[in-house]
Amino acid sequence: MNDLFNDQISGRVWVVGDDINTDLILPIQAYYLPVEQQPAWVFSANRPGWSGDVGQGDILVAGRNFGVGSSRPAARSLKNLGLACLLADSINGLFYRNAINFAFPALEAPGVTALFKEGDRAEISFEAARIANPASGKTLDGVPMPAQLLAILQAGGIYSLLQSENLIR
Amino acid sequence: MGMTAIEKILARNSGLARVRPGDIVTTKVETAILFDNNFMETSWREILHVYDPAKIVVVFDHRAPASHVLSAKAHQTGRAFVKQFGIERFHDIGFHQGISHALVADHGYGLPGTVLLCSDSHTCSAGVFNLAARGVGAPDMTYAVAKGETWFRVGETIRYDLCGALRPGVSAKDVFLHLANTHGDHATMNVEYGGPALAGLSMNARRTISTMSAELSVEFATFEPDQIMIDHVQARTDAPFEPVWPDTNADYADKRVIDLNLIEPLVALPDAVLNNARAVGDVAGTDIDQAFIGSCANGTLDDLAVAARVLAGRRVADGTRLVVTPATQSIYRAAMAEGYIQTIVEAGGVVTNATCGACGGGSMGLLGPGEICITASTRNFKGRMGDAAARIYMASPATVAASAIAGVIASPMDYFT
Repeated sequence: MNDLFNDQISGRVWVVGDDINTDLILPIQAYYLPVEQQPAWVFSANRPGWSGDVGQGDILVAGRNFGVGSSRPAARSLKNLGLACLLADSINGLFYRNAINFAFPALEAPGVTALFKEGDRAEISFEAARIANPASGKTLDGVPMPAQLLAILQAGGIYSLLQSENLIR
Repeated sequence: MGMTAIEKILARNSGLARVRPGDIVTTKVETAILFDNNFMETSWREILHVYDPAKIVVVFDHRAPASHVLSAKAHQTGRAFVKQFGIERFHDIGFHQGISHALVADHGYGLPGTVLLCSDSHTCSAGVFNLAARGVGAPDMTYAVAKGETWFRVGETIRYDLCGALRPGVSAKDVFLHLANTHGDHATMNVEYGGPALAGLSMNARRTISTMSAELSVEFATFEPDQIMIDHVQARTDAPFEPVWPDTNADYADKRVIDLNLIEPLVALPDAVLNNARAVGDVAGTDIDQAFIGSCANGTLDDLAVAARVLAGRRVADGTRLVVTPATQSIYRAAMAEGYIQTIVEAGGVVTNATCGACGGGSMGLLGPGEICITASTRNFKGRMGDAAARIYMASPATVAASAIAGVIASPMDYFT
């Protein structure tokens, strides 16, 4: 969870639609399993086998309202699956908080699903929220993560901060 | 321009004269609620310092009584935490057991004008008491419990004015399904509820709407205060509080009116809440295996009363299971005193103890592959209540009870003429 934050992100794109909920990302059966086994269950109900196809550093591009649903640590599963970044037309606020707190880079970028098709490569300057599809030459400016929140992400998530203050073990 | 109610609450609790959409604010946290999942070994990080034990509430609701050894161990960890820090507001298995959001309503834990955090997504439920209440993840809860503060991103606010009155047989759940069907998601935004129809809606009915607002992906759902709400809280706590009204010239992203007279019973089709409902007549006759009434949204005394009214003197259809879960043990006791539990059980319904239960698929009433359920709870997502190949329709308690009797999805309206 403490890997160094990288501002320049590039990787292969996977595309999913609107309203992807946390039951799809972290199904209840997986919630009881050890943390390292949970990522294998991502999208098992709506895209069986997909979690095995994801490679380290891949990028997830999603439609509106990504992460609607429960407070469960679904963002942690996406990070541990190896995904380098989430780009979405819009993101549920609770999921967004969890993404920051688990140090999983996530950007809101209205229109991003129109920029990519699956298998494309995405290039992202995270702090500037600048997104590019080098194959098509198209670029898009997303919504930059506010500085206070970016600081949590860059610190490796909120547990790292609390641990450095001796507030948790 | 003036501020909306939620903007004023966030400004007050962050020591600012005003806040605007786009701001990131740091506020103090008046009430921090931990529940049993927080203490599960896959989530729990041992907290070494607590900012104020009197601000903390601990509730066992998602898996209560324990459904697995994992949850039994979580309860042990939670009890040790409560003992270590001397937390008095503790809802263990037993007399004071219940779902956190319903306990907030029962006990007056949500003080108007303050900030309340809980690591359950339906925490916006407490917005009915005119406060900044939101669900966060376990990491944010850990931070709030340790440091007594949190951050919020201020979003734009949409104002919903409710007017008119519901017809008998139509409920607050149908109002929500109508709103979700008409306006879709509200990601990054707030909703504010007010209007002349509030006076005719019970606190329980209002709370169904505030609780379900989580499914709109709102940042906050806040009700405008009125005397009914203020009296409800004052009857349950001696703590002082100051409600917050929106400025008359508040800057809303949009203002919308919902006429309750026009609402009809709706059913959300499986797998999504938003933009996914139909009139009950359009899906009437669909076979069901299970019917569920419960959760933080629909386990109120009003909901049990409606279920009992529909079920009185009738029987649940052969081949159909009806599971009913009061939201708190105190609601359970009140429902016993009113005879609702007797009526439901005599009709063949199974009444469970207060817990999140079947709603989250965590314990009791899970669905097998291919099974069909109609539920009066919070979500109908794929896999939500058990196997991913089960299909979940979502409706009001009246519609669910009527369907349980018919053994197929059925309109409740005949029971309310």
